[in-house]
Amino acid sequence: MEIIVASTVGILTAGGVYLLLRLRTFPVILGLTLLSYAVNVFLFASGRLAIDQSPILSPYSYGDTTYTDPLPQALVLTAIVISFGMTAVLVMIGLGAYLEAESDRIDLEPEMAESGKDDSA
Amino acid sequence: MSHSGHFLFIIALLPFLGALLPGLMIRAGRNACAIFTAVPTILALTMLLILAPQVMRGEVVQAEIDWLPQLGLSASFFVDGLGLLFAGMILGVGLLITLYARFYLLGEDPMGQFYTYLLMFQGAMLGIVISDNILLLLVFWELTSLSSFLLIGYWKHLPEGRQGARMALAVTGGGGLAMIGGMLILGNIAGSYNLTDILQAGDQIRASEWYLPALILILLGAFTKSAQFPFHFWLPHAMAAPTPVSAYLHSATMVKAGVFLMARMWPVLSGTDAWFYIVATTGLVTMVLGALIALFKDDLKALLAFSTVSHLGLLTMLLGFGTQAAAVAAVFHIINHLTFKAALFMTAGIVDHETHTRDIKRLGGLRHLMPITFLIGTVAALSMAGIPLFNGFLSKEMMLEEASHTDWFGSHYAVPVMATIGALLSVAYSFRFIVHVFLGPKRDDYPHTPHDPPFGMWAAPALLVVMVIVIGVAPFLAEGIVTVAANAVTGADLHPHLKIWHGVTPALWMSVIAILGGAVLLAFHHPLDQAWIAAPRPEAKVIFDRVIAAVAALGRSVTEITHNGAISRYLAIFTVTAIGLGWIAYSSSGLSPPTRGLLPVPPVIAVVWVMLIVATASVVVMHHRRFRALVLLGIIGLSISAGFAYLSAPDLALTQISVETVTIMLLLLALHFMPKETPKESPMGLKLRDGLIALTAGGGVGALAYAFLMRDIETISDYHIANSYEGGGGTNVVNVILVDFRGYDTYGEIIVLGIAGLVIYALMHALLDGPAARRLKNMDYAQDRSRDRHPLMMVVVTRVLMPIAVVVGIYIFLRGHNEPGGGFVAGLVIAIALLMQYMASGFAWTQERKKIEYHTMIGLGVVIAGLTGIGSWLAARPFLTSAYTYVQLPPIEEFELATAMLFDLGVFLTVLGAVMLMLYSLSRIARFAGETVNVEPMDYDPGEHADDDKVET
Repeated sequence: MEIIVASTVGILTAGGVYLLLRLRTFPVILGLTLLSYAVNVFLFASGRLAIDQSPILSPYSYGDTTYTDPLPQALVLTAIVISFGMTAVLVMIGLGAYLEAESDRIDLEPEMAESGKDDSA
Repeated sequence: MSHSGHFLFIIALLPFLGALLPGLMIRAGRNACAIFTAVPTILALTMLLILAPQVMRGEVVQAEIDWLPQLGLSASFFVDGLGLLFAGMILGVGLLITLYARFYLLGEDPMGQFYTYLLMFQGAMLGIVISDNILLLLVFWELTSLSSFLLIGYWKHLPEGRQGARMALAVTGGGGLAMIGGMLILGNIAGSYNLTDILQAGDQIRASEWYLPALILILLGAFTKSAQFPFHFWLPHAMAAPTPVSAYLHSATMVKAGVFLMARMWPVLSGTDAWFYIVATTGLVTMVLGALIALFKDDLKALLAFSTVSHLGLLTMLLGFGTQAAAVAAVFHIINHLTFKAALFMTAGIVDHETHTRDIKRLGGLRHLMPITFLIGTVAALSMAGIPLFNGFLSKEMMLEEASHTDWFGSHYAVPVMATIGALLSVAYSFRFIVHVFLGPKRDDYPHTPHDPPFGMWAAPALLVVMVIVIGVAPFLAEGIVTVAANAVTGADLHPHLKIWHGVTPALWMSVIAILGGAVLLAFHHPLDQAWIAAPRPEAKVIFDRVIAAVAALGRSVTEITHNGAISRYLAIFTVTAIGLGWIAYSSSGLSPPTRGLLPVPPVIAVVWVMLIVATASVVVMHHRRFRALVLLGIIGLSISAGFAYLSAPDLALTQISVETVTIMLLLLALHFMPKETPKESPMGLKLRDGLIALTAGGGVGALAYAFLMRDIETISDYHIANSYEGGGGTNVVNVILVDFRGYDTYGEIIVLGIAGLVIYALMHALLDGPAARRLKNMDYAQDRSRDRHPLMMVVVTRVLMPIAVVVGIYIFLRGHNEPGGGFVAGLVIAIALLMQYMASGFAWTQERKKIEYHTMIGLGVVIAGLTGIGSWLAARPFLTSAYTYVQLPPIEEFELATAMLFDLGVFLTVLGAVMLMLYSLSRIARFAGETVNVEPMDYDPGEHADDDKVET
């Protein structure tokens, strides 16, 4: 199971980083989403893995029940919601940039970059 | 702390407080402005004089307030003999400069600014000489660099002024940086940043292996500030400043800061070979070189600037000798140099002011036109030359005396000969100042016919010249202050006797040679000058400019490589750096053996894992088809929530599913306005590079995750599990952590989420008001859209689902404290229920039926959560302490009421409001983009006739 979780984190990171390095806004947003999955799973896993040990206290047990670590779960829960907010802001910025500039490139168009250089020189 | 120590704080603060006045008082006239500049100086000087008797008795006045004790930084001040001497000089000359500048500055110069800068500088300088804490001293040290930058560049319209100011800042500021390093090392060796402690730790510091680095770094600071070779070049360029600035900064104060520091650190750093060879040699070279260049400078102020360089070299050399007698000579020469050099600068300023030129070759014969100026200038210049009965003679004799018995690398003659040459050159340029400016025939081609200036302008130099003569004739008058200052420098108990006649000593012969040789040299000045001009010599400014240009070019090329405007470049650099750091961390410490075993993998989970891997790989490969990528993203999110559910995290699974839904909806909405495909434009090389980076990053993070999954940790969660029910009143530990243990975090997080919602709303509005609005209106959408946008089946199903979904939401909310669920999930579930209505019947129809604005909802949520937290104050508990009780309502099972639930209600409202506001903002763009508006719940209503089209445009 540990191998599965670790490989999941790894492949999500790899996919996220690759998409982050693309040249258009939309893949970058996709990449960021993948990367936030990876980070969430990574953080969650830092509480170590456990099966059937939900951190829901059972009234029928007296001290012998073990529970998984609830703290990373609480942190990840808010992280999931916040990363949604972040994605939404980015989407809006990306959309605004596309509508204003008529292009969703993440860098300047080659000819615009040239003219930008001329201005600064 | 002695009672009078309180004065020290006031003395240190007065100039800075006073700096506020001139800018205001200039409105009341130039005289008022000057007077109000003088007031803080006079006050500070008075307080210093009140302390003076104590210091003259050999006591040290101290005052201390802890500032940042953790850093060893305290606002502590002390005045000993050396501090008294320098503080007196700074304040006294400051007063004279204030007077002089009043008459020097022209009507169009902004005088308020000038005096403000001047007082700021005075405060910084004063701070250096009375700081007891070396960190505080460093702060003041940097302040002098900054305020002198403002003063040198005071005439902003002159390019020389701006360039000179920049050069001075670059050189002295750079030296200051080096000095910070040196001082920190020193403080670490001594174990304290207090100067008084460090001065006691001399032996320990000299024995430390860090002594040499500290020495070199501190000397770099001192040498750059005091314009020692090879950093001397900035001083002449700083002469573009108004003459009062040159007289104040470049004769009396700022350039002496380096000398002051060497004197201050003398008991700690001196006495080693390294100190002697570095400091004395630098001083000697600077003295001779400065004097040589000064002789051939035609600009009056440049001549004085290089002569200052030369005299600073002399002082440095004396301190470098490391003997007590040399230290006495240095202290005495500091006083003498101050008097004659400040007077000379002011004289040069008067000449410039009256004749409108400072070019010596255009001057001469001024004694007929400006007799008073002539007298002042001559006396001061004779003192600089070292002629008997003027004070310059006395300290120069002491210097030559010390030089005459100093060996340098085993040679008896090197230092005396060089010192004599330096003195000889000094005589030559001093005589030149008198002969070429004042003597000779009267000319008729001055740019402006000169005459003596008003009294106010020559009063200050006249006073200084009187001091020159008084000390020169009756040196014992200065004995007191020289003694306490020299005692403070050396830490010994000295009783020097300052006399004019020491008998026929080697020093006397050296003086005679210097004076005669100097006179002869001046006689041959014209042919020598021709040769000097013809000779090739390095021009410091050109070299400096080239170095700066090279550094700037290097900086620019680094920036262009790393910051080319594409975010992928930065992210690549960031990722590679993170991987590199991770690798370093791994390879430097390695791993402990694993302590955990592997858990089994059931087949279902293996299938989910394969789905996730395939989906991720497909997203990467097929991301050009954007819709498809979104579908695949949904698969990934659902697989992850399945994983959460299996791995004992039901809350996370619930949250992940609902967030996944709204995320996909959000991206779909955005995609509506964006290109549906990503063009394939990355070259193969770029793809390979990015692929390599991505695989390395993924491999690294995966390995890290695997590494910690195989090892146990200490966790603080046992506390949470143990106290969740007793203290928080809930059995769902995750929820109790969110709303109770770490409620403050959650509170912050919902605020962030609310702000994100508002940001999106604001962005949307900015977008709709900008040029993008026109583009949106004319947007072409694909032709293959559905004709039936609001189908009957969907409308009916969502209507039926709505109350069910709301009940589920309420249920999830209520059970949240004890079972998986809670405000976050409930908010998302209700949001999805509402979104379904938007999807089914359209934006306008749903909007019309919405009773509460989403902003209000966010606000209410945050306020409710906040008030719940504040409520615990009423019970005299800390913010967000929760209370709970159990309630039994007849038909329902006993349930719990906790204040935490109220807090969770705030969370719920904020999440709901924020999510809805985000999606609502995106949909509003659609409406703006010329989508048709529906007033009916569905496009085709089977209850009506088919030709009754209710769709309005």
